[in-house]
Amino acid sequence: MDNAIVATHPHTHETAVAAEHEHVVLPQHRHHFETKEQQREAATFGMWLFLLTEIMFFGGLFFAYLLYRNWYHDAFVVSSNQLSIPLGAANTAILITSGFFMALGVWAAEVQKKGLLVLFLVLTTFFGVAFLGIKAVEYHEKWEKHHIPGAHFDVSQFINPQAYGLKEKPLAPDMAQKTQVFFFLYFAMTGMHAFHMILGIGLLFWLTWRANRGEFSSGYVAPIENFGLYWHFVDIVWLFLFPLLYLINRHPGY
Amino acid sequence: MSATHTIVNLPDQRTATIPKRNYLNNEDGLLSWLFTGDHKRIAILYLISITFFFFIGGAFAGLIRLELLTPQPDLVASDTYNKFFSMHGIVMIFLFLVPSVPATLGNFLIPIMVGAKDLAFPKVNLLSWYLYWIGGLFTMAALVLGGVDTGWTFTTPLSTHYLNTHVVTAATGVFIIGFSSIFTGLNFIVTIHRMRAPGMTWFRMPLFCWSNYAASILMVLGTPVLAITLVLVALERLVGIGVFDPTKGGDPLLFQHLFWFYSHPAVYIMILPGMGVISEVISTFSRKRVFGYTAVAFSSVAIALFGFFVWAHHMFIMGVSNYSALVFSLLTMLVAVPSAIKIFNWAFTLQKGSITFETPMLYAFGFLGLFTIGGMTGVFLGALGMDIHLTETYFIVAHFHFVMVGGMLMAFLAGIHFWWPKMTGRMYPESLSKLAAVTTFIGFNLTFLPQFILGYLGMPRRYHAYPPEFQVLNVLSTAGATVLGVGYMLPLLYLGWSLKYGAIAGNNPWQATGLEWQIQSPPLTENFIETPVVDHEAYDYEWLAHKTAQEVTTVG
Repeated sequence: MDNAIVATHPHTHETAVAAEHEHVVLPQHRHHFETKEQQREAATFGMWLFLLTEIMFFGGLFFAYLLYRNWYHDAFVVSSNQLSIPLGAANTAILITSGFFMALGVWAAEVQKKGLLVLFLVLTTFFGVAFLGIKAVEYHEKWEKHHIPGAHFDVSQFINPQAYGLKEKPLAPDMAQKTQVFFFLYFAMTGMHAFHMILGIGLLFWLTWRANRGEFSSGYVAPIENFGLYWHFVDIVWLFLFPLLYLINRHPGY
Repeated sequence: MSATHTIVNLPDQRTATIPKRNYLNNEDGLLSWLFTGDHKRIAILYLISITFFFFIGGAFAGLIRLELLTPQPDLVASDTYNKFFSMHGIVMIFLFLVPSVPATLGNFLIPIMVGAKDLAFPKVNLLSWYLYWIGGLFTMAALVLGGVDTGWTFTTPLSTHYLNTHVVTAATGVFIIGFSSIFTGLNFIVTIHRMRAPGMTWFRMPLFCWSNYAASILMVLGTPVLAITLVLVALERLVGIGVFDPTKGGDPLLFQHLFWFYSHPAVYIMILPGMGVISEVISTFSRKRVFGYTAVAFSSVAIALFGFFVWAHHMFIMGVSNYSALVFSLLTMLVAVPSAIKIFNWAFTLQKGSITFETPMLYAFGFLGLFTIGGMTGVFLGALGMDIHLTETYFIVAHFHFVMVGGMLMAFLAGIHFWWPKMTGRMYPESLSKLAAVTTFIGFNLTFLPQFILGYLGMPRRYHAYPPEFQVLNVLSTAGATVLGVGYMLPLLYLGWSLKYGAIAGNNPWQATGLEWQIQSPPLTENFIETPVVDHEAYDYEWLAHKTAQEVTTVG
């Protein structure tokens, strides 16, 4: 008889469940965490780890870029001169502004100001979309200039730049071919970055909708904080891409 | 015994029936499984899925051995044979070996072992199972559409430039499976860092948690590099220009560096969780604390760290400089040190222990023998001169099968048998399971020992025909593969049988000390009714004896 009671254990279980319900403070508190602090710490720690995987993910591309930049220095110089610094710089400013509003958004969530939070999230989204718009203009320009690697790529403008009105040093045909490597890496790296932006903007819409419902106005701010980390990470990747692709190597003294 | 350090759960005694309420029957219906957040149910989903893929990979292994029965290419043409070994490799590595122990046993046990109610991110955990299947279906699609013949390594420029097969589909599959692996690793790390029960300090954690923790570090840091490499391979094939194609200024060696930066550590992703299983099993069936617990724990982390600095030993014959070959040769041999620490400490654990040969222990002994052979031959291959003689021969094939199949798969089977009573509440049939363990061990040796000799004599891998003088050894190997196949089928049958007819296991059939054995079998959905407070070291059998004595007096 003892065995049967022990096996199903109805009494102990019900009291335990009741006890558990007492310290559930927030609806967002998941049952498997002891406290909401533990839940928040776990979410933040998980986010940092995820960003670590992202660093390794982009790391492969940066590794390839560094390698080929050393090997095909001349081709990379000429190619990087084809990128528009004004557009790149404008995008850098826009993205930093977006990151600034995201930081304000996290602050607004922490001080539990719903209206401000929604406003800042909308502004973050706006500048994020503006960034992608400029990126699209740049991609279109690359298409028109036949700088997209593959069948339409025009190598001859790097072999004989004068005929195209470019003030570049002519490259030997095999080195001119290497400009494709630069543009392939340019599209791979900025494309991967833009893909992260698109995902982020999707998440921003979702967070704005939730913020508008008042979900983050009660002290539960982990999603906003963690998205903020993600958004800043995407900013930082761009802050490496901009100098590497656009700025360094420009017009050395020949 | 004061109330403060009691683990307040169902008492540790044999019950006559399966508990009425447990994680298996808490909710009914297929949908409750497909949308579950319970780490134990996700572990079961994984177990079923990877068993399915294991037998697909195994079928290709069988076809390969069948073709190699005779020196002539009489079963299939060379391109079909290439697709066979590619599929065998891709399925076995990415869909079986990498996820096997972490995704099944790790998922099931890590939260319980550290005293948590679930993994930190249950939804992410479920997502990673779906990603596993989506990736698996892409891989199967590549197979159905006509196969891939790059080998599992997708080596460029072969994969990007010369082959007209479904490389992009298969690479997409592997890319997606990679994210499944990243999310699993991430979940484990956060759970172990943030969700340990009061008193469960780092050095009270079971070694299974330590080894999965180390493997998770590798998953989180290595897998993204594989992912981006496969993205580049796919882009290069689609756009027709790229970073790896030497005719367009790319460098195939860059692919090798990026690929092996993941894929060598991946070997440790496969073996480390298995080593954790072996620590648990050996300790339990010797009834002793693992000798040098701290050294064994740190050696897992050391293997993980060294694992990131040895990748170029895959490239000794591919044009890396002599200097870097020398450095990588040295670093490779350094990995043998933490591996040996584990082996020696297990041997010392066994010494003067009261050993019983239950089925998991038989598999664990199989592991010790096979992994030691595999590890020692790894030192041969790490040595620069030997590697140049033996590379791309059957010696390599035998070596990595000894480590991964002999090591990892033996550990996986040891773990499945060891925790089967906890997962299902039932025991497996004793004599059949011992027969399976012995059959597997014999079959394994018969299959792969001849391949060491074949490789030493110079038989290259990845050929479907060979000179007649190699036939005797190849016939032996194929015969061994048949025995091995029987050894793998047996558990499938009797474990299935035991689900319905097996003896009721009780909470702690092995009298083991881990937290998972102090709760009911099968566990409740929430694992622990009250959060346990841990006041003893891992593998503290005196604590267990004391606790059991207390319970006999209270319950009796």
